[in-house]
Amino acid sequence: MPPKSDLPQGTLDLLILKVVALGPMHGYAIAQRLQQVSRDVVQVPQGSLYPALHRLENRGLLSADWKESGTGREAKFYRLTRKGRAALASEAASWQRLSEAIGLILGMSEGIAQ
Amino acid sequence: MSWWRRLVRRGQMEEQLDKELRFHLDQHTHDLIAQGYDPAEARRQARLAIGGPEQVKEECRDARGTLWLENLWQDFRYALRTMRQKPGFTAVTLATLVLGIGATTVMFTVIDGVLLKPLPYRQPDRLVRLWERTDWSTHQGNLWSFTYPNFLDCQREARSLDLAGWRYFSGGTMSSPGEPENVDGVLISSNLFSVLGVTLSRGRAFRPEEDRPGGPPVAIISYGLWQRRFAGDPAAIGMQMVLAEKSYTVVGVTPASFRLLGNEEDVFTLLGQNTDPRLQNREIHGIQGVGRLQPGVTPAQALTELAMIGHRLEAQYPKSNKGRIFIAEPLRVNVDDVKSALWLLLGAVGLVLLIACANIASLLLARAVSRERELAMRVALGASRGRLTRQCLTESAVLGLSGGLLGVLLAIAGVRPFLAFWPGALPRAEEVRLDWRVLLFAIGVSLLCGLLFGLAPALRVPTGQLEQALRAGGRTVAGGSRRLHGGFVICEIALAVVLLVSAGMLGRTILRLASLDPGLNVRNVLTARTALAPSTLASPARTRAAWQEIVENARRVPGVQAAAIVDTIPMREGNNEIGYWTTPVEPPQNQQPVMSATSVTPDYLKVMGIALRQGRFFDDQDRLGNEGVVVIDDVMAQQAFGGQNVLGQHLWIGMGSDPARVVGVVGHVRYWGPAGDDQAKVRAQLYYPFAQVPDRLMRSWSELMSIAVRTDVAPLSVVESLRRAVRGATGDQVIYELNTMERLAAASLALHTFLLLLLGIFAGLALLLACLGIYGVLAYLTNRRVPEIGMRMALGATAGDVVRLVLRQSLGMVAVGLAVGVAAALAAGRLLQRAVQGMESSAASTFVLMMAVLIVAALIASYLPARRASRVDPTSALRQE
Repeated sequence: MPPKSDLPQGTLDLLILKVVALGPMHGYAIAQRLQQVSRDVVQVPQGSLYPALHRLENRGLLSADWKESGTGREAKFYRLTRKGRAALASEAASWQRLSEAIGLILGMSEGIAQ
Repeated sequence: MSWWRRLVRRGQMEEQLDKELRFHLDQHTHDLIAQGYDPAEARRQARLAIGGPEQVKEECRDARGTLWLENLWQDFRYALRTMRQKPGFTAVTLATLVLGIGATTVMFTVIDGVLLKPLPYRQPDRLVRLWERTDWSTHQGNLWSFTYPNFLDCQREARSLDLAGWRYFSGGTMSSPGEPENVDGVLISSNLFSVLGVTLSRGRAFRPEEDRPGGPPVAIISYGLWQRRFAGDPAAIGMQMVLAEKSYTVVGVTPASFRLLGNEEDVFTLLGQNTDPRLQNREIHGIQGVGRLQPGVTPAQALTELAMIGHRLEAQYPKSNKGRIFIAEPLRVNVDDVKSALWLLLGAVGLVLLIACANIASLLLARAVSRERELAMRVALGASRGRLTRQCLTESAVLGLSGGLLGVLLAIAGVRPFLAFWPGALPRAEEVRLDWRVLLFAIGVSLLCGLLFGLAPALRVPTGQLEQALRAGGRTVAGGSRRLHGGFVICEIALAVVLLVSAGMLGRTILRLASLDPGLNVRNVLTARTALAPSTLASPARTRAAWQEIVENARRVPGVQAAAIVDTIPMREGNNEIGYWTTPVEPPQNQQPVMSATSVTPDYLKVMGIALRQGRFFDDQDRLGNEGVVVIDDVMAQQAFGGQNVLGQHLWIGMGSDPARVVGVVGHVRYWGPAGDDQAKVRAQLYYPFAQVPDRLMRSWSELMSIAVRTDVAPLSVVESLRRAVRGATGDQVIYELNTMERLAAASLALHTFLLLLLGIFAGLALLLACLGIYGVLAYLTNRRVPEIGMRMALGATAGDVVRLVLRQSLGMVAVGLAVGVAAALAAGRLLQRAVQGMESSAASTFVLMMAVLIVAALIASYLPARRASRVDPTSALRQE
């Protein structure tokens, strides 16, 4: 397994929004999903997941309510609000632009080195 | 979830947070077990993955953004808990604080109502007071009340403002309905109430068409008179009342709180209906003017217009209006008499409050020092410095606010008694009430107090050298704290010195003033204003006869030795200041010397017990037709004639053209009271026979006269027989405003005595608080030095040595406090001299006496801790370390 790298600053919120966009889910499921989609490459410290969820809820990007989970226990399900959906779209777009730009710069320098 | 719900339903939030994290852990564990871990290992792995649960929770709380509020709430409850844990400490600090804030709030409430609040009229900032102003001055300045013709011209011509006017002293005997009674009346222009923006509580205001000679006789009465004479009957509107033999129809009742610039008047009638010839004269003043600026008009525009009208009238009537224009200034009630006294008292209670704060600060500091270890422990466990500082400040703010809350309750209970104890009439007293301004003030003061006494402990929150604080075990006193404690004691003593010296100065002043010779014998003299039967005012001859009869009847009342009629009475409100000259040519008015003139009947000297220095006083031969004579006092003899060959000299006074001959010189009377007379503008006094008042003035003089009798029994015991004796043939002659000269003399010093009483109480309180402070600080400091004292005693120090050690420490603080206090007291003394009439400059003896009082009190307060220190058992003290 390659060494896991830390999550770049500010991307956790974006990832959470992206995951929750698939449908309402509880914290543990979000953590599982993050782990899967990042293919164990990025380390999502579970300890910082919950503060991030609470922060997003506080900012009105997520809403939450208590529902029965698949196992029959009550769990707190998070869902994307309209505001959250808009934030996800604009954040994702700007992230896209940034990563393209960085990719361009990295590719260029490689070209020079070769 | 809104922030307040988070705050209120904090428990529910915490529970949900806990449940959410538990769910995560359980799910994770469950999955790991499914992957083949054994249950214990699975749980361990799950826990490791999520990290410290408490830390996660704290971060979640932080993420909610209301953490500071939750902390505040937590600190608040912590503060309440601490207060409950130490009921004794809390009771003492709260009681001091409540007293301080309560007294300060009472004083602010009074000052707010009397001095600060806008007048209770509609849009008071648009109202102006109007005066005539001359380009020359008399001894009373250059502002004049209006003459009626000038007022009418201004009212008619001014476009920039709406003018209303009135004339005081237009009351008289109200003979129906009910018993005859003298009432205060004003003549007003019909628009007065609408200009002031006052709506009558019943009936209607005057109409413009009623405000002319021969208009229907209508009157508006005050709420008080309506209650008193009409028993608050709504049917009073439309009823008839008789005032000065004239019948009026009551058309309106003023609101209960209505005052005409602070004066409570009983009856309002119309200026325009009054046919008094003096009202038609462009040289006789007495009309008060008030105006409301028209919308959009600036005061400067109004001033310009008034000056223009003035110049026009000056050109038209050069004789009366030369150099005379009209001006407007902001409308206010004259509160000069009480202003300085009120600020003085607020200053004094402020000092007491400061002492209380210093006291509480040193108590809190002592507690903070003993809690140093706890705080260091909390810092070691990760509490931030800011968090602990906030907690300390929250504690003192809670203490301050609880003190403030109870203080406001005390103020609510205390304002009325304070007003009731105020000597004499406090202007605008009816406007004094606790409102949001006062509440805001009280909250501000409480928070400020909290900050003041919370700052020192809060700044002591440990930063570095944790291990030192932890190891010291909170036993050794750091030097900084001792200095701070000393600083508090020094402040308290300095402030107490200021209050003690001020009270001492005031006390000395009152003693000196009371021992001054008033120039008359105040014992056994009764005075009362007297209103003749209205029917006798018809002709001067009948008026003279009526007065003659009153004097004779009064003289025959058992217990009366002598009786006299007089217009102005020493130390009572009212005087008659006129210019005089000693050569036949009348100098311009602004260059005439001024004296206060008193019109009397022959027995006046005997009644008042005034000393005759030269010549004679009046007798029955000094009447109209004989040569005009006057008697002057020694001050005027000096002023007019240099004190030489006074008898037989001639004087011209404003009232008539013939000179009067000086036939006697009498002693000076302290007319303005013992406190005010030395600074009075007019001190020269002149007496002239009432019998020589010319016929044309007889009627107006008769409205002002009083009776004065000397008795050989207690003066108040003759009141009823005197009332019966002067009632007259028609039974409607009344005496009112009864006073003994003793009471008038006491009243002239009443404000001083009242101030002394309050300052004395405050100074006593300050002394007590300062002593408590010294005691507390010394007890604390010596307690901290027990090991050191034990060591000293083990090395051979005696109990006496230890007592001296502690007393020396205390005296050191007291000495510095005294030095600072004396400097502050000198400054305060200068303020006091400006604020209180007749105040003498600070005497060294006052300082010495008050400092002695303070040192003795401080020594007593220090002796208890000192004695306790001297009884320390060396072995057990050393074992403590």
